[in-house]
Amino acid sequence: MDKAKKEHQLTVSVSPHIKSEETTSRIMWSVNAALLPATVMGAYFFGPRAVFILAIAIIAAVLSEYIFQKSLNRKISVNDGSAFLTGLLLGMNLPPSVPFYIPIVGSFAAIVITKQLFGGLGFNVFNPALIGRAFLLISFPKLMTIWKEPTAAFIQFDAKTTATPLGILKEEGVAKLMEMFGDNITLYTQLFTGHRAGSIGETSSIALLIGAAFLLYRGYISWHIPVSFLGTAALMAWIFGTKGALFTGDPIVHLLSGGMLLGAFFMATDYVTCPSVRKGQILFGIGCGFLTMLIRLKGGYPEGVMFAILIMNCFSPIIDRGFRTKVFGAKKEIKESKK
Amino acid sequence: MAQANKVNYRELITNGIVKENTIFKLALSLCPSIAVTNNLKNGVLMGVAVLFVQVMVNITISLMRTVIHPKVRLPIFMLVISGWVTVTDLSMAAAVPDVYKQMGLYIQLIVAFASILARAEMFASKNKIAPSMADGIGMGIGFLFALTVISFFRELIGRGSLWGMPIINAKPLLIMILPAGGFFAVGILMALFNWIDVKYLKTKTGGHEESTHECKTTLLTPAGD
Repeated sequence: MDKAKKEHQLTVSVSPHIKSEETTSRIMWSVNAALLPATVMGAYFFGPRAVFILAIAIIAAVLSEYIFQKSLNRKISVNDGSAFLTGLLLGMNLPPSVPFYIPIVGSFAAIVITKQLFGGLGFNVFNPALIGRAFLLISFPKLMTIWKEPTAAFIQFDAKTTATPLGILKEEGVAKLMEMFGDNITLYTQLFTGHRAGSIGETSSIALLIGAAFLLYRGYISWHIPVSFLGTAALMAWIFGTKGALFTGDPIVHLLSGGMLLGAFFMATDYVTCPSVRKGQILFGIGCGFLTMLIRLKGGYPEGVMFAILIMNCFSPIIDRGFRTKVFGAKKEIKESKK
Repeated sequence: MAQANKVNYRELITNGIVKENTIFKLALSLCPSIAVTNNLKNGVLMGVAVLFVQVMVNITISLMRTVIHPKVRLPIFMLVISGWVTVTDLSMAAAVPDVYKQMGLYIQLIVAFASILARAEMFASKNKIAPSMADGIGMGIGFLFALTVISFFRELIGRGSLWGMPIINAKPLLIMILPAGGFFAVGILMALFNWIDVKYLKTKTGGHEESTHECKTTLLTPAGD
């Protein structure tokens, strides 16, 4: 280390001279690692089929990135882990019972249409994994909403289909949810461990929180987006959660169900598609939370995290412009032109 | 007037199809290219309607070009265009009533097509009848070609059928017949068209003296305009 430092001091070059240890690929692989607990829990609850779907999504994403870059003579950047991450996130957002061609179509849409056609990593307007999922949800509305009942055994033979907690909440109300899960405490613990129907990677809140804590500790994500996202959603759920009465909703059910945690910690915080100014990030998070709850409570879909994040993605550049940081030493513009 | 003898009709026609293709090159009239192309039949009929209107408008304007006062030329162009659109509209309503029910509104919208007014203004009002007709045919065929290609892929992928007949026996990608898929199809085919043009046809894009090599590099740079 010492020797390297000395050599560094003797190098004559243009600035910057101090470089961070962090690289894109290091951050991307860390995010992949942070998703590992949730992946394991998904595999545990939904069986080997879920693992196959994740694997197919990842392989399809990496392959389409490789083939696209190869055919356009671009620099091959599959090793940086971003395509792997897109595939993994897409797979985690799919129901465990989808046919195997679905993750392939989704990964293709995510990587080629959303990411590479816009110029590759860093130039995409929207979160690739979410566009992949939106593409699939709109293309195959039936297949994408068949939910399997989770089983604690890894190998299972008779997979029952059921509705997600949010689906029940939307169709039949909170009373039915309580009837299914027993009391409040069981409901919360089931939601917390992930023993519920849903997409492969979104169910286990505890596993997602462990991954998120790792990312926060390493400083790869900041608290601004997740806190404002979840805070706004909780507030909305509390105020408007029950029909006909204000301030009686159950924010915990809303926070722990659906893709809320996965979205808030792992997808809204995507570096490329969220604002880079802190104040702007808070506004971005508030927008995401508001739109999510608006779709959940008033919209046609039971879950709104995906569309909320995608809609806010479009506003990122405008938010960044609105909260532009003051340039050091620059004076305020003098508005005298009106005279 | 000696110039008139040298008119290259072949160039006039291919100009509209490749070099100044309304949709793929000029990116004009994108509204119908997304709205009516979710099946091949509608796409082709729309293209034919536009071809007819474009040719007839060009001929009429070219005939009238010496009597139109420059100050009122735009209202007169619009009158001529809406006249021919009405003719098309009513004939389609009579000939193909079932298709007309689906896309009648868009036939009437041909009035507002920038491409038709632009050709009337830029070409037909300054040229003789025969070249104007050739230009109209080229532009119309270019538009018809673009709409046919877009609707071909959208119906094939989005419904698994062509001209209403089932072709592929697999679950179709529903998004392709929805408006969002229209944007995908138009964008990707536009990129493909330009790529083929740069690579094989090598038409020089309007006015700029670019070498094909330069075109190639701009195409390959990430996030190039």
